Parts: sequence; C-alpha cells; structure tokens
Amino acid sequence: MNKLPFERPIIKKLNTGISNKFGLRTELEPISNIDRVPVSGLIKDFGTPLFVISESTIRNTIHEAKRAFETRYPKVQFAWSYKTNYLDAVCRIFHQEGSWAEVVSRYEYDKALSNGVSGEKIIFNGPDKSEDDLVTASNNGSLIHIDHFDELYTLIEISGKLKKRPKVAIRVNMDTGIFPQWDRFGFNYENGEAMEAINKIMNSKKLEFVGLHAHIGTFMLSAGAYEVEASKLAKLAFEFKKKYGSNIDYIDIGGGFASRNTLKGAYQTGQDTAPSFDDYAEAITNALINSQLDTDDMPLLILETGRALIDEAGYLLGTVIANKKLSDGRRSTIVNFGVNILFTAFWYEHRINPEKEYSGHNETTALYGPLCMNIDQIRDSIQLPPLKKDDNLVVSCVGAYNMTQWMQFITLRPSIVLIDTEGEVHIIRNKESNKDITALEYVPNHLDKI
Amino acid sequence: MKVNKNIAVSESGFLFDSMSGDSYSLNPIAAEILRLIRDTKNPEEIKQELLEKYDVSQSALDKSFDEYLFTLKKLNIIK
Ligand SMILES: Cc1ncc(COP(=O)(O)O)c(C=O)c1O
Repeated sequence: MNKLPFERPIIKKLNTGISNKFGLRTELEPISNIDRVPVSGLIKDFGTPLFVISESTIRNTIHEAKRAFETRYPKVQFAWSYKTNYLDAVCRIFHQEGSWAEVVSRYEYDKALSNGVSGEKIIFNGPDKSEDDLVTASNNGSLIHIDHFDELYTLIEISGKLKKRPKVAIRVNMDTGIFPQWDRFGFNYENGEAMEAINKIMNSKKLEFVGLHAHIGTFMLSAGAYEVEASKLAKLAFEFKKKYGSNIDYIDIGGGFASRNTLKGAYQTGQDTAPSFDDYAEAITNALINSQLDTDDMPLLILETGRALIDEAGYLLGTVIANKKLSDGRRSTIVNFGVNILFTAFWYEHRINPEKEYSGHNETTALYGPLCMNIDQIRDSIQLPPLKKDDNLVVSCVGAYNMTQWMQFITLRPSIVLIDTEGEVHIIRNKESNKDITALEYVPNHLDKI
Repeated sequence: MKVNKNIAVSESGFLFDSMSGDSYSLNPIAAEILRLIRDTKNPEEIKQELLEKYDVSQSALDKSFDEYLFTLKKLNIIK
C-alpha cells in the first residue's frame, strides 16, 4: 500500500473578525517548478541552499523595460549596474541584450572588460577612482562620471600624459522631494556647485564634457521624483547649451526603480505598490520632452536600472533544519539559509513558498537562519504551512544584491545555477570550498605546530 | 487521555471550546489525531496507526505528535 504524505499536526487559534497584517491573501501555493524545471530535481542535483536564476525572466524584463522607454523617447541606452549582480553569466545576458556596463570600482571595471564590453561602453561611477583607474578609463575612451572636485583636479592634472582626451560627465545630487535626500555623491544642483564643476571642466580645456548623471536613490516608490530629476538635469543641460553653445551627448538618470519585493513594515505587497516601467518611463520622458532642450537633438537617455531588472529572476532554495518553540510559546523555524547569503532580508519581507503542497492550514512562525548569531533572522513573523525538518522552501525575488553583498561568514557560500531559455540548467558559480578561502591565507613558520 | 466534554470538532477541522468561547482550526492530521483520542485510543496505538498510514519516520512522528499533545493539554482540550 502506498503511504500518504505526512504533515505535522497543527492547531491554530482563530481570531474571528480581526484581520491581521497578512490580510486575506496568504499566497502559499507551492512553487514546485521554476521555468518548468522541477524544484525537487534541482535540489536533488545540487542540494540546498541554492540560488537559481531564470534567464527567460531576465530577458523578458529587460525587453519590457526597453519597450516602455523606446516607445516614448527616440534614443535610449541601458547600462547594467554591475554591483546589483555581477556574475559573469548574468552580465553577459544583459550585454547580449544591448546593455552597456555601469561600474563603480576597478574590480567591476576590469570585470566588464573581461566580459567583452568595449571601453567606450563602460560608465565609470563612484567616489573611488585612483589615478591609475582614471588613466586606464581615459585611454579606453570610457565615460568617467566625476564624483568630487578632487577627482576633477586629478583628471586635469594627468590629462597631459593621456593618449585620449578623457570623456567626462558629472554626477549631480539634488532635491527631488524624497527623504532622505542623497547628497553625498556628486555635485549639488540647487546650490550651484554642479554648474561650478561644469565651468571648471570647460575652462580646463583638457576634458571632453559629454553628459550629466544623477542617481537619486534606490527602491524609489514614486515615479514623480524622477520627473523632478529629469527636469532638473534637462535644465542644467539647457544652461550649459546657453553658456557654451553645444548640446550634451547624454542624460543618465541612474537606477533606483523598485522591484516587486515588499519592503519591511509595508502594509501592501510590492506587487501592489511598485510603479511599472511604463509609469517611470512616462514621468522621465515627459520631463525631457517638455523641457527647453532642442527637440531635434535630444540627448541620449541612459538608464542604470539595477534591482528592477534582476530581482524577479532570482530564487533561493532552502531547507528546514528544525522547528522550535520559543519561551513565550511562539513557534520558530530554523532554515539553512541566513542573512549571510540572503542579505536583502534586512530590507525585504520576501515571498517564501513551500516547494510542495500542504493542506492549506498555515501557522505563524519566526524564521531564523542557521548562523549562531542573534542577528540571523530572516523574518520576525511569517505565515507558513506546518513544515517539518528537511522540507524545502522557495524564496522569490532575490536576484538583486544578494549574490554580490553576501558574506563568507561562519559558513561557505552556495552554488548558483542558471536555467537557460531552453530549460537547460547550468552551474554558473560553484559553491565555495575551504580551499578557496584558505588559498589566500599564510601561516608564519613559528605557527606551524600547535 | 480524554477529550474534554466542552470541546466540539467539526468534520472540516473547526474546533470550538464552549467553556472559553475560543475557536481553532486544525489541519487534517490534527483533526484525525483528535478523533483517535476520542475513540479512546492510547498514544502508542495512535502513533502505530499513523505510522502504518503515513510516510513518516518514527522520530519525526514522535516529535510532532508529542508536541501536539502538549499543546492540546495546555489549551485544555484534552486531559
Ligand atoms: C550610480 C548607481 N547607478 C545605478 C544603481 C542601481 O540601482 P538600483 O538597483 O536601485 O536600480 C546604483 C545602486 O546603488 C548606483 O549607485
């Protein structure tokens, strides 16, 4: 006789009439397949924790974003924000889709080059560029986005030694009506510092001034802030034109579009509140088209969208280690993925589904990671079916920032697989071994023996 | 082991405690165990029956079963 699947017995008190914070939607249908590949098979082949990336989702998302902008504005260019996810396989999918590279360190810059991106298609952002970085980027014809006056003066100083005139833009910070205002990067718009930087660049006659850049924040739930940003940059471009008689090549609006995740403490899910690519595109392109800029010679619109292009393509598969009662009677579940690999658990209430079907009776539990550290809490309180040791879970929307900001802390980092558009599964990063980590260490002779 | 007199359980796993006025929902296995307790089976007999019927190891069953009985006692549903 075939035995029936076993579920842990649970009893849950009903609070009639009071709807809780989870509302009526529990959304606990199982996720048994990702792009038609059975999750159980992935777990059998690779174990857990395991990151899974869907190539189809990446391609569909970038197509959708491009459509939203290209149908509204004549010249659009996406530049893949490396820090969001710089696995080579992921970057190359974006580059195949026509994206340039947006990097913020020499590490990322060299990675972009080794992925085959030509120098002129690399945007070099960030406050930390050494003299050597600036020389390399200038000689490769990359777009250098100047963050501060020290960088600007260094560039002017070294320009004599360079093979090419450096192509530069300035990063601008501004008030877009959102709080807190990001003012630590770039030159301020309102107090005139941005125009002052442009004047310095133009007076030096050593640099080629090509564009304006701003990145106003991340996970911006208001499309309106972009409208303010785009109009202020357009205004600055117009002032530049008035003063120096030429149009700038591009306006780079930065990143920051919200993904479909749910921010901690939000009452509505990200699926309900995040503006669509169409909403953002409408706000940005309207502001540019309605500005005083010359409609026959509009600047190229560059976007450095990160999380909104990759979050949904990433999944994390994990397994229950144990169930435990806390001293106050609350239930807790310990899983084998912690904040060390799911870094975004600090910001998001991720959607977490079981891998298989349960009876539909859920219980409230605290969800802890495996680290022997108090901070390792994935969720203070979440509705889950009665999971047992060894049951599997699927965390959705984890493609952005986790695979770059994860830490090798207490334990090793897991494998990452890519499901290609044909449903083939490829390992794109092996799980770490002790050897990988200790390869960088040396033990002085006197510590040979213990 | 006995289910208290003031407890009513429906077929669908809805439990009502007429003494406290509290109501609870049970998943199918929890309701089944309560039925077996009502049928005056002892814990060992119940566990044996579940082991034969369900795909579960002895240790996994022991752990969840004991925990469930503990909760039922604490909620004054069984004694
Ligand atoms: C300069 C710059 N561009 C783009 C991005 C990507 O941002 P997001 O992932 O919010 O779209 C960042 C992220 O911090 C950034 O600093």
